[in-house]
Amino acid sequence: MSVADAPAGTAALVRRTPPRSVRRRRFLIALADHSLLIAAAALFLAPVVFVTLTALMTNSQALSPRLWPEPFQWSNFSEVFDKSPLWHWALNSFIYSSLATLGLLVSSIPVAYAFSVLRWRGRDAMFLVVLVALMLPPQVTVVPLYVMWAKLDLVGSLWPLILPNWFGDAFAIFLLRQFFLTIPTEYLDAARVDGCGELRILTTVVLRLAKPAIAAVALFSILYTWNDFFLPLLYVGENPDHWVTSIGLSQFRSLHQVQWNLTMAATLLVMLPVILIFFVAQKAFVEGVTLTGVKG
Amino acid sequence: MSPWILGFSVFFGYPLVMSAYLSFTSYDLLNPPKWVGLENYRYLFGEDPDIGPAVKNTLWLIVVLVPLQVLFAFGVALMLTRARRGAGFFRTVFYLPALVPPVAATLGFVYLLNPATGPVNTVLGKLGIDGPLWFNDPAWSKPSLTLLGLWGIGNTMVIFLAAILDVPRHLDESAQLDGAGPVQRLRWVTLPSISPVILFSVVIGVIAAMQYFTQAYVAAAVAAGQASQAGSVSTLELGYPEGSTLFYPILLYYNGFRFFNMGYAAAMAIVLLGVAFLLTLIILGNSRRWVHYQGAVR
Repeated sequence: MSVADAPAGTAALVRRTPPRSVRRRRFLIALADHSLLIAAAALFLAPVVFVTLTALMTNSQALSPRLWPEPFQWSNFSEVFDKSPLWHWALNSFIYSSLATLGLLVSSIPVAYAFSVLRWRGRDAMFLVVLVALMLPPQVTVVPLYVMWAKLDLVGSLWPLILPNWFGDAFAIFLLRQFFLTIPTEYLDAARVDGCGELRILTTVVLRLAKPAIAAVALFSILYTWNDFFLPLLYVGENPDHWVTSIGLSQFRSLHQVQWNLTMAATLLVMLPVILIFFVAQKAFVEGVTLTGVKG
Repeated sequence: MSPWILGFSVFFGYPLVMSAYLSFTSYDLLNPPKWVGLENYRYLFGEDPDIGPAVKNTLWLIVVLVPLQVLFAFGVALMLTRARRGAGFFRTVFYLPALVPPVAATLGFVYLLNPATGPVNTVLGKLGIDGPLWFNDPAWSKPSLTLLGLWGIGNTMVIFLAAILDVPRHLDESAQLDGAGPVQRLRWVTLPSISPVILFSVVIGVIAAMQYFTQAYVAAAVAAGQASQAGSVSTLELGYPEGSTLFYPILLYYNGFRFFNMGYAAAMAIVLLGVAFLLTLIILGNSRRWVHYQGAVR
């Protein structure tokens, strides 16, 4: 790449351009070296490509075995908004996502701090309880919780989805604790010597050092809530006013009689925010995922 | 700390105890719970005709889907460590599907694999292969879900990738000097070094398999709707086709929140808790033989 792209004169000065046959052979070797990888990547991309192509077809063409859309019907995307309350669903998702994430951060950070930096009797035993909560299938506790929300008359609203996050989340506590443990105690001791209280240490020293971990937790939470299906189905499934995008999308086809092209356009639109967030915050994502695994 | 203790008791401790209590009752949410002793458990272990298929299908996930996912994620990660060009691009391609909302991914796959006009069967047809009915065939519905599951291995893949790159170089090099080939180095250096991560992904995979819900629920509903061409389908979709995608969490959901047999759903939940606990213990116990931790215990 670098040799081929450089202007001919300078390249000849610095290094003789290899003859064409050598370059071709090198290229082919690189291709063969990566052939398995390229094939696998093509397989991974294929679903998105086909979904996109279908999203651009006319309805009759989507029901035919042809694979390439002609003409490209870009209006499908606007038709999705005309035919379904996608904005409304997205707004509900946004409310769920932002309030849940905010609550999760506010409540989980101090708990994670208590589990990592502070020392107190029974700390390790309590942490074991957090781990158990982390491992537990949500189905185990869902029946009494549903009964509780039903008694409070909140089934059908977004509150059963949001409120539990304001009381700490096992996964967030776990991930933040893992990160807090890597903060050198010298920093904290220095702050203590200078007369900082624990609360101030947390808000000034720890929060600043732990920015990447907090960003990762926030990202995971946004992602989780946007993608969540089971809990919304349970609590707002019967109330279309409070449907979030995942529920709306799952019902899209029954609302719109087998229109595959529109369904695929809607599918793409629901994927889009997640993909955008990923490209904006790629580094935080990968670091966060690694943090959960390597230290676990 | 204390608000957390409060929240923890309300959203975790209390429901756990209540689950246990409700499992001994008959409760429909309208009338107060009625104590029925072990009746729910007797029905669960003896008479419920749906439990057998649900357990079998869930076991299938644990025995087939989870190992395939771990193997595949490892294979992809290994390929990525060998890539000399475009590693960042490839990593993104393999990781991104994990972020796609499960409902969207499932809808996409049901469309791709739809028997009549789906692109996959169209391509297979051009190659002269008669494609299967995928989500509409009881024999192919779980393999179809497996394809969907393999597409979304991004998280596991990234963890493997980090672990493989973390393998101490000197170990690999000294093995090479001793004349170990690539396969031997993989078996005796790489695999032992990353065994804690393998254990981690197996445990996470098994736990995920026991909560497997969204993909199966959406796929069954959409494929059933497609078969009847009518749109909304009510109970017909339970494990469509022919109960082949009836997994334990799906059955629990139907019992609790469609038929409002809260007591019975609670009993199913308690059994799930027991099994989850046991399985984790078995895997952790078994892992002592093959997981190597470097250095001292933290």
